[in-house]
Amino acid sequence: MSSIWVYANPKKFIDTTDRFLPALAVMSVSCLVVGLVWGFFFTPDDFRQGSTVKIIYLHVPAALMAINAWLMMLVASIIWIVRRHHVSARAARAAAPVGVVMTLIALATGALWGQPMWGTWWAWDPRLTSFLILFLFYLGYIALWEAIEDADTAADLTSILCLVGSVFALLSRYAVNFWNQGLHQGASLSLDKEENVADVFYFPLLVCIAGFVLLFIALVFLRTQTEIRARRMRALMARDRMEA
Amino acid sequence: MLQAQDLSVTRGGVRVLDGLSFALGPGEALVLRGPNGVGKTTLLRTLAGLQPPLSGQVHSAPETLVYAGHADGIKAMLSVRENLDFWARVFGTEDISAALEAYQLGNLADRPAGLLSAGQKRRLGLSRLLVTGRPVWVLDEPTVSLDTSAVAMFAAVIRAHLAQGGAALMATHIDLGLTEARVLDLTPYKARAHSLDDFDEAFL
Amino acid sequence: MIALLMRDIRLATRAGGGFGLGLAFFLIVVVLVPFGVGPQTELLARIAAGILWIGALLACLLSLDRIFALDFEDGSLDLLATAPVPMEAVAAIKALAHWLTTGLPLVLAAPVLGVLLSLPVQGYMPVILSLLLGTPALSMIGAFGAALTVGLRRGGLLLSLLVLPLYVPTLIFGAEMARRGVDGLDTTTPMLMLAGITCGTIALLPFAAAAVLRVNLR
Repeated sequence: MSSIWVYANPKKFIDTTDRFLPALAVMSVSCLVVGLVWGFFFTPDDFRQGSTVKIIYLHVPAALMAINAWLMMLVASIIWIVRRHHVSARAARAAAPVGVVMTLIALATGALWGQPMWGTWWAWDPRLTSFLILFLFYLGYIALWEAIEDADTAADLTSILCLVGSVFALLSRYAVNFWNQGLHQGASLSLDKEENVADVFYFPLLVCIAGFVLLFIALVFLRTQTEIRARRMRALMARDRMEA
Repeated sequence: MLQAQDLSVTRGGVRVLDGLSFALGPGEALVLRGPNGVGKTTLLRTLAGLQPPLSGQVHSAPETLVYAGHADGIKAMLSVRENLDFWARVFGTEDISAALEAYQLGNLADRPAGLLSAGQKRRLGLSRLLVTGRPVWVLDEPTVSLDTSAVAMFAAVIRAHLAQGGAALMATHIDLGLTEARVLDLTPYKARAHSLDDFDEAFL
Repeated sequence: MIALLMRDIRLATRAGGGFGLGLAFFLIVVVLVPFGVGPQTELLARIAAGILWIGALLACLLSLDRIFALDFEDGSLDLLATAPVPMEAVAAIKALAHWLTTGLPLVLAAPVLGVLLSLPVQGYMPVILSLLLGTPALSMIGAFGAALTVGLRRGGLLLSLLVLPLYVPTLIFGAEMARRGVDGLDTTTPMLMLAGITCGTIALLPFAAAAVLRVNLR
């Protein structure tokens, strides 16, 4: 069994992900279709929240992925700092726009849900505020990537920003909790069975989450491939300039 | 005092110099030559430790090297004396009078550095080397904007420095009249494009 | 290192050094707020602590790009990097110099501006104390942001975008402490959190800033 780091070779990475990508795409689309159709049309309305509750099939998975995308970027950044694998830096860059879209989906669906439930599109509730702050961190991270021309410099700087940003994002989370007790309901999913949403909502939700996870992986693979190719193209152009 | 072994350096992610080796002993001066863009500045910055070499090694005793680049690091709002005093204290020395004297900056000492001419600024920048008290000087185009008499001052300072067992490595195009200096032409070390069989290699 | 601190303070206080700009900006922000929200004394008294914090934060932000950009442009940073001073110390000293020339004057000006905003009497001590505890963190975080963007030609706007989210925890605890003080409540918890954040940033961020500076000097 060879080590996991062989996939840090860009060519090996592209070859391997190419093999998985079609299957991943099909699986994620089918999970999403099944989960969303099941969730939207074949679950009962909630006795308190009516049909608005069904937005959780978008809201919860998106919120989950928004945080997980940042965690993935953090891991990729640490790998880049420690082992300097180019694929890792490319993957961190590739994940950021996906993460920011997930954050936006979570914020937007949250606003749509909040309007009928709480009577307001937006409240400075800790969870909502944390997501807004997370959104700002994503923006800064992406802006820094875009601003720097040299690819390795950009990878170094953004990975340090990601590390520092993670600490401050966590701090903000606690600060915001302290600052305002919220009206957001408790976690929709937790390992503690008592707190979970009812089973009828639970299973389609799991399918949706699986769909979002697969979608995220597929998108990150695809975008990482693009990033690798763009990077290689730049390297080839630099070589041409050198020969000229 | 300063030794480079099989050094390769990159600029902006592109390999510019390859397989460069040289050694610099006490009392020796080495002048780097080569057309614009060959990688003189990049090499000097690598030797000064500002950027890592792509491959190969640089050997020098710790805290022996001092670097002077294109920019002099002069603060316009501070006087000549304050500028020099600052660098002397950073490098843990005190006496700046010898440095002022060597470049004839004595009567300018209390003038704000912002009011100096380009050549005078350059002299101030070069006099900084004397207050550092370090033996190995790495100089990038030290004679830019100097007139002939100032170049003579510079050559005299270099000669005195070498006589005290110091060493100097400089990139310059003009002839300083330093007969003892060796000349290293960088043109033959210019990096050639590598074959890009290895995909990872393509990123370099 | 003391030489570096003295030089930075001297540069900031000489003509053209920008000393006092932050202070003037702070004053203008505080003067503009009543024009925006109306002159009612009760309303101003309620938001005074928050306004002072926001004003101080923005005034601090204004001068951040000077921390490293000037030294980068004139080559001093290259020379400092090859001097016998660790880069971590350079980052920490520069942040300290920024605090002494920007943060500390803001803290000292806050009580005067508090009068303009009809800050309640019992609020003066907590507001000053919270600013005194919080502004060093603002300078240190700002120095990290400035180090990140030092090599960029138009780094100013990007610097704000990077630094402002990092300011959130400091602002929350600082303003919370000031607000509780104004309301006559116990300020211990936010004060300890604020002090913790300040100590943490001062202990850790110089290393991040130094790493980033080294990358930018390559």
